[in-house]
Amino acid sequence: MTQATEPSLAVAVVTAVLVLAGATLTLIGAVGLLRLKTFYERVHAPTMGSTLGSGCVLIASIVLFSALESRPVLHEIAIGVFLTFTTPVTFMLLMRAALQRDRFGEGARGREPPDGKDH
Amino acid sequence: MSVMLLNGSLLVAQAMLTLAMACAAIRLLRGPRAEDRVLALDALYVSAMLVLLTIGMRGGGTLFFDAALVIGMLGFVSTAALAKFLLRGEVIE
Amino acid sequence: MRRWLPFPLLWLSLTTLWLLLNQTLSVGHLLLGALIAWVVCHVYRRLDARRGTRSRPWRRAGAAVRLFADVAVDIARSNAGVARIVLDPGTRARTAGFLDVPIDLHDPLALATLACIVTATPGTAWAGYDADRCVLTLHILDLIDEAAWIQVIKDRYETRLREIFE
Repeated sequence: MTQATEPSLAVAVVTAVLVLAGATLTLIGAVGLLRLKTFYERVHAPTMGSTLGSGCVLIASIVLFSALESRPVLHEIAIGVFLTFTTPVTFMLLMRAALQRDRFGEGARGREPPDGKDH
Repeated sequence: MSVMLLNGSLLVAQAMLTLAMACAAIRLLRGPRAEDRVLALDALYVSAMLVLLTIGMRGGGTLFFDAALVIGMLGFVSTAALAKFLLRGEVIE
Repeated sequence: MRRWLPFPLLWLSLTTLWLLLNQTLSVGHLLLGALIAWVVCHVYRRLDARRGTRSRPWRRAGAAVRLFADVAVDIARSNAGVARIVLDPGTRARTAGFLDVPIDLHDPLALATLACIVTATPGTAWAGYDADRCVLTLHILDLIDEAAWIQVIKDRYETRLREIFE
């Protein structure tokens, strides 16, 4: 610890619990990425790390820095908002890519989907 | 006491996040589908971002926060571009 | 008012984001952030193909907050569910599968929001939407009771989204 002030025990306990919970969720998500059998099942696993997992760590960071600097430190919310909006976009694109490549076979990427639309 | 608790838990969390990065890296190398690799890359980015946040919490300082923000943004742009490429064969149409 | 400030909610959230990133409440940053957000709002009006602004933004903001609370609870709950499936050591019978949900939303923004919610919740993922048949396809990790899942999507999310977007 290089901080000048020392956090109170309550702050330390809350931060520790939140950080450990977030790290555990992210780890379980990554294990799921390894263990689940098909791609469509594996899509669900990393979502844990990018939603609740990172949410816990970000709240822990807010709690700790707010206590240490004795003023509300809220800029972690920016990362949280950013993650919640971007992760689903990536996963939806991946899901669509997988479905389309399943439909056409590996070599046919770049062709129009059968209904000719891009939702 | 509280510093010890905090440092210990952050250290354990870092170890777990590193393990998560290892899992994602194995999936990245193993595939088998290209979509799996992009998915693993995204998980790798998110875990790396969380590791940076925990480092920032141990050492104190907002420099790591900014690094985490940049990693989050670059991670999204790169994985979205890769997914778009898998979908269409082109990134920008 | 509408001409001068086309998207009050967008303007407010961009200004807040500016203040968050700069970690300050000083008058200078407040003015600068408000100015940048105002410019972006006007740029966005040019980009927005629908050219429409919606009525009663503040009332819909209230509904959005309630929806956000619901989603937060659901994300926490389904995280636990997916964790159980991942850590389950037995050779569980695979229940993952695709599910068709008839849906009554037509607004592109409402559908986009629903897609984000569904994908951000572990255990459910967006797999497509057929605009002609009004059917959306989801992939669900733990697909045991199809009717229950359809009920959740329609009751919990569809009604709230219609409240916000229609």
